[in-house]
Amino acid sequence: MDTAVRTGNVARTFIYLTLLLFALFYMLPLFVMLVNSVKPLSEITGGNMMSFPEVWTLDPWRDAWSKAQVGVQATGLRPYFWNSIKMVVPAVAISTVMGALNGYVLTKWRFRYDTILFGFMLFACFIPFQIVLIPMARVLGLAGIAGTTSGLVLVHVVYGLGFTTLYFRNYYAAFPTELVRAAQIDGAGFFRIFWRILLPSSGPIIVVSVIWQFTNIWNDFLFGASFADFDSQPMTVALNNLVQSSTGVQEYNVHFAGAIYAALPTLLVYVVAGRYFVRGLMAGSVKG
Amino acid sequence: MVPERDYRTRLQVWLPKLVLSPSVALIAVFVYGFILFTVYLSFTDSRILPSFGLVGWSNYEKLFRLSHWEISIANLGVFSVLYIGICTVIGLALAIFLDQKIRGEGVLRPIYLYPMALSFIVTGTAWKWLLDPGIGLENTMHDWGWESFSFNWIKDRDYALYCVVLAAVWQTSGFVMAMFLAGLRGIDNEMLKAAQIDGASNFSLYRRIVIPQLRPAFLSAFVILGHLAIKSYDLVIALTGGGPGRATELPATFMYSYTFTRNQMAIGASSAVIMLMTIAAIMVPYLYSELREQKQ
Amino acid sequence: MGFLEIRNATKSYGSVEVLHEIDISVEKGEFLVLVGPSGCGKSTLLNMIAGLEGITGGEISIRGNIMNGVHPSRRNIAMVFQSYALYPNMTVAQNITFGLEMHGVAKSERERALRDVARLLQIEQLLKRKPAQLSGGQRQRVAMGRALVRDPDVFLFDEPLSNLDAKLRVDMRTEIKKLHQDLGATIVYVTHDQIEAMTLSTRIAVMNAGRIQQLGTPREIYDTPSNVFVATFMGSPSMNLVPVTVRVDGANVIAEVAQREGKRIGLKFFRPCEALRARDGRAVTLGIRPEALTDVEGADQRSIHVERMESVVGVAEPAGSDTFVTTRIGGVDCVARMRADAEVAPGSNAEFALNMEKAVAFDPETGLRIV
Repeated sequence: MDTAVRTGNVARTFIYLTLLLFALFYMLPLFVMLVNSVKPLSEITGGNMMSFPEVWTLDPWRDAWSKAQVGVQATGLRPYFWNSIKMVVPAVAISTVMGALNGYVLTKWRFRYDTILFGFMLFACFIPFQIVLIPMARVLGLAGIAGTTSGLVLVHVVYGLGFTTLYFRNYYAAFPTELVRAAQIDGAGFFRIFWRILLPSSGPIIVVSVIWQFTNIWNDFLFGASFADFDSQPMTVALNNLVQSSTGVQEYNVHFAGAIYAALPTLLVYVVAGRYFVRGLMAGSVKG
Repeated sequence: MVPERDYRTRLQVWLPKLVLSPSVALIAVFVYGFILFTVYLSFTDSRILPSFGLVGWSNYEKLFRLSHWEISIANLGVFSVLYIGICTVIGLALAIFLDQKIRGEGVLRPIYLYPMALSFIVTGTAWKWLLDPGIGLENTMHDWGWESFSFNWIKDRDYALYCVVLAAVWQTSGFVMAMFLAGLRGIDNEMLKAAQIDGASNFSLYRRIVIPQLRPAFLSAFVILGHLAIKSYDLVIALTGGGPGRATELPATFMYSYTFTRNQMAIGASSAVIMLMTIAAIMVPYLYSELREQKQ
Repeated sequence: MGFLEIRNATKSYGSVEVLHEIDISVEKGEFLVLVGPSGCGKSTLLNMIAGLEGITGGEISIRGNIMNGVHPSRRNIAMVFQSYALYPNMTVAQNITFGLEMHGVAKSERERALRDVARLLQIEQLLKRKPAQLSGGQRQRVAMGRALVRDPDVFLFDEPLSNLDAKLRVDMRTEIKKLHQDLGATIVYVTHDQIEAMTLSTRIAVMNAGRIQQLGTPREIYDTPSNVFVATFMGSPSMNLVPVTVRVDGANVIAEVAQREGKRIGLKFFRPCEALRARDGRAVTLGIRPEALTDVEGADQRSIHVERMESVVGVAEPAGSDTFVTTRIGGVDCVARMRADAEVAPGSNAEFALNMEKAVAFDPETGLRIV
């Protein structure tokens, strides 16, 4: 249902112009990144950022991927890209599975004070992570996983649990409880009901949860910057190091190509499954 | 005869709680335990490493005497008011406009929303060079013949903060638009027809009937944006690094630099506690009312 | 001892007791209907029999085995739910045999049972479909098939017809009754629809506010409701309740009704009992079913005790088979059920026939039936 009202021609033109203007505003940085990542550096420093390249080149992309100086070594962003993948995949999988089971318990096996317990889990999503940085650094050190990818996986699982639980809880709340009761009478137990009855209908919410977690963890910077070593740094941290490095010439075209590499996985997810991405964002505003 | 439960029923009673317990334990330790630990640290004389000599409130007293912290707080005030205000206005306007049976809505919506999928580091990088007077917008305008054009806010102590606002608005205003759009689509349009028959102008229709009904969307937007503002760290690091000088320092960057680079862990901890209290003041009432509503 | 025995069963949530000392004994092959308004505790009781909700006090036994604390799947019961609760991701065949599979029944055995049930319910052509592809009536059949295939000791039905449209509901009602007659199954059936209760049951338990108000055959419940609640809840339109004064006149006991302008009508009770006689000069509530208050030609010719009275016609509502007429008796609006072709004009005086053989009387304070 829309709230369209009757509008005159002048008003309609104004509306269209405004909408287009904002579309340009949102596209501008992406355009600038793309165009300047295929120019030689001289065209950027000596020319115009908004114009198309006179000489097209893929060298910045190649450099950003495998040659650029990140930190102390000239490895390009490639190893960090794989670091991110190695961190994101297990963290997303574990937090989604745990969130699904939590949501199942919190809606279909309710017990006293379960809402309060959920409230505490949910509040954990919204804390400023600065409050846990110091003890986390210590605990990771004591556990012997400081500076490793496993350490980052643990961190992302813990601080993603609140959100995945929220998604599955809201989704399963609308799932008819009578089905669970029927299955109980049919003789199915706790896990069997989950596996055979709920899980086959959970496709959409699994997608939402995976996309949300993937985007959040891939895009994280604070935990990566705080807890990763040189050989476990994720993509975002590496990109920042690349852009902020003050030695040598600023290779803007390489920076832009690097930024696109860092944005590509989440952009791809957004393009392929934008509908679910939006649903995740909305559910993130707690509303059931 | 005392009713005896069979083993299966007993197991089925305990299994759900057993399954939930790892998550509960993780969150209890890693969230609430850690919060307590940090609160404790904020009352100690910790410097480069945690130390357990209690010093009372002196860290908080020191913190609030630091001009660095004062700047961060003032910046956060300006930043959050502008960020929340502008995002809300743009989001609401775009949502209302987009809801007028617009041709090409399906193309425009994803364009407005895609920045939300990006990392703040990517956003920061893009805007850092776009706003750079040497190669960015100013240079482009000069190249196009507007020689007197000057735009060097990102290098200017008085204006750099507005660049952070600009990039943050760019990233999230589309999301706010989506929230308002969902709210608008939930409004019964027979009510709008009735109001139009009652003779309401378009302007008063929105002001008196539509916008008041978007209250929940306003609330959600405020809560989400508010907590994003307080947590803002990545964007500042990528865009300005807190500079020029301390012009764009926020509590989040303050905490990080005091704890990890200036070896003033106790002061860092007390600033983190202040941040948590601020967010809790917004989030706790919100979560409480949301969950109570759902229960009914 | 009954086949299904509920003794002193209570249910509390925290400090709130929602079911108070329920006692019901159901024989093998009986069709017991639990009926009552929403919130009366009938579904809670059914869930307690199923084992889906715990029992706070008392005990429930099936075939002499105490079931308190026994898991639902081990009570040898089957349940049909209001929403049918068909598993959306499974085909009809998988839905029906899921319970057998969970109980470790061999595949060949499952298929044989499935064939039998599908034939019985005439759903053989639906077995490969998913629930979403079925109509309401078909889903209902599948839900029953899922219960039947288990061959349980007791069938539990939780408002199984309330999601169907009016016509289908009547058809399925007949079908359930036929299944019961053919299979001789023991059934406990919850509904809020008093017509379903009357038509299906061998016995009815009328419940209100967590208590059983009356337990008896449909005839007993209808003709001799034990209190005002049962009298008004069962029957549609509901029983007329007229305030009257008792007057003993030798062997007869008269109910005096105050009509307009101070006029009083005397209605003779049929077979008055001592309890009524003892109330000489006191107020009671007279209960008259609409069909016991008719036009003179429509009165039950076999009844030996019909009183006649004049009253003003309020509204006449032709319902096809009958015409319902309202009139004021004893200061309250009463509904009379007249023949369809009875000629009554609103505002006119009409003669009513009142079958006192069917009349009952309640104590106005306690609401309990006196006669």
